[in-house]
Amino acid sequence: MKLWIAKQRYLADFTLASLARRKTKNLGLLLVFSLLVFVLASVMLFTSALRHEATQVLASSPEVILQRMVAGRHDLIPPGYIERIGRIRGVQKTAGRLWGYYYDPVVKANYTFLGLTEDAPASGQIKVGNGLARYRGVQAGNVLSFRSYSGKLFSFTVDAVLPADSELISADLVLLAEADFRAFFDYPAAHWTDITLSVANPQEVRTVAQKLANALPDSRPILRDEVLRTYQSIFDWREGIVLALLSAAILAFAILAWDKASGLSAEEKREIGILKAIGWETGDVIRMKLWEGLLISLTAFLAGYVAAYVHVFHFSAALFEPVLKGWAVLYPRFTLAPVIDGLQIATLFFFTVLPYAVAVLVPIWRASVTDPDAVMRA
Amino acid sequence: MNLRPSTLAGIALVALLLAALATLIDAQRLGATRMASLTARTALVARLELTDLSLFTEARYTRHRALADLHSPFQDHPFSLEHFPSGSLLPPPTHLTQARHEALDREAALPR
Repeated sequence: MKLWIAKQRYLADFTLASLARRKTKNLGLLLVFSLLVFVLASVMLFTSALRHEATQVLASSPEVILQRMVAGRHDLIPPGYIERIGRIRGVQKTAGRLWGYYYDPVVKANYTFLGLTEDAPASGQIKVGNGLARYRGVQAGNVLSFRSYSGKLFSFTVDAVLPADSELISADLVLLAEADFRAFFDYPAAHWTDITLSVANPQEVRTVAQKLANALPDSRPILRDEVLRTYQSIFDWREGIVLALLSAAILAFAILAWDKASGLSAEEKREIGILKAIGWETGDVIRMKLWEGLLISLTAFLAGYVAAYVHVFHFSAALFEPVLKGWAVLYPRFTLAPVIDGLQIATLFFFTVLPYAVAVLVPIWRASVTDPDAVMRA
Repeated sequence: MNLRPSTLAGIALVALLLAALATLIDAQRLGATRMASLTARTALVARLELTDLSLFTEARYTRHRALADLHSPFQDHPFSLEHFPSGSLLPPPTHLTQARHEALDREAALPR
C-alpha cells in the first residue's frame, strides 16, 4: 500500500510539473472550468432556495381566489357576488380584496396598492414596503404624494415601513385603508378586485372551485395548490433565457475541454513518446493523465461550488440582479435560507468532473499504445 | 523546507474540500438564524392575503404570476410579442400549462 501511495505521489508530482510547463493554458482552463461550475451551481442553489422560500411563505396564501373575467381580462367583482358565493356548500369564509397597480413617474417604478378592511392604517396614512421606501427615500413620518388616475393629487403620511427582511414579498406594497383606496382609484362602491375564500374540508377544495365556476361562469377560481405549483416551476431549466445562457456556457466549455483533451499537442505527444522510450508503461502514462484530469476538474468543481455558495447566500446572488431585474426599477433586497440539495450537487459533479476526466483519457490511450518511435517522429 | 508539488496540491485540495464541507455547516447555521424572518414573512402573507413574490415588478403578469391569465402575453393587442425581459425567465403559471391544457374555469359546464 505504501509503495502504491509513493508511486501515485511521484505520478502526481510529475503531472504537476508537466502542468506547470504550460502554466497559462492550464490556469486559463482551470479558471474557465471554475467559472462554469460557479454559474451552474449559483443558478442551482439560488433557484432551489427560492423555490423553498416560495413554498414555505405562500403556504399561508388564500385557499381559493376568485377572479371575474370580462372579454379575457380581469374585471371587478360586482355587488352580490360575495353573498352568492357564501351560499355555496363547503365555502367557509369569504372576503373581498382590494388591490391595484400604480405607476410612479418619480422613480419610474410600479407599486402594488392594497386596500385593507381589517387592521388597516388610519385614514390618510399608509404603510410602505422597504423597497419602495428605499427608492423614494422615505421613512416613517414622511409625506408621500401620488397623482391618482383621475388626476387628483393625494398626500399620505407614511405610518410605518414594512420590515426589511420581508422585501421579497412586500418590496412594492403600499397598504392603505379601504376608504382611501376607493377614493384614490375612484373605485365604484361595493365592488372588489377579487374574492378570497376558504373551504371547510381541504379535500373538497377542487370540488368547491368547480361548483363556483359552474355557478358563476364568468369567474375564474385559482387554488392555493396552483399558486404553489406555479412557484415550484420558477426558473425552470427548460425556460428561455436560463436555458439559452446555460446551454451556451456548457457548449462553449465542451468545445474548450474537447479541444484541450482530445487534440494532443505535438509537445504532449513527444512527451508521451519519451516517457515510453525511457521505460514507462502504458498504464503509468494513463494514470498520470488521469491525475491531470482529476486535479483540474476536482479543483475547479470545489472552487466553483464554494464561490457559488458564498455568492448566493452571503452576497444575495448579486450577479443575477441585472438579469432578474429585467426592466423593473424596483428590485427587492433579500437573503434566502440556504437549501442544499445533495442530488443536485451530485448531478453537477457527474456532469462536470467525470466528462472531463474521461475526455482526457481517450487520446492519451491512443497515443500511449503506439510505438514510441512513431510518436516522437510524428 | 521545500514541499513536493503533490503535497502542495494535496493541501490545496483538502482545503477546498473542507471549505465545501463548511458550506453545509454554514447552511445549517444560516437556516436557523433566518428562520425567524421566514416565520414573520409567512405571517405577513397570511395577514395581507398575498399570493406572489415581489420579485419582478415590471409587468402585472410577472408581479402576480400566479394570477396571470391566458391572455396576458397579448395584453396590448392580439399577436403582440412578449416585451418584458422577465417574461422570458419565467414559465407561465402551471395551471395554464398543465397536461390538460384547461384551466379549472374551463372545466365548468356552461349554463343551458
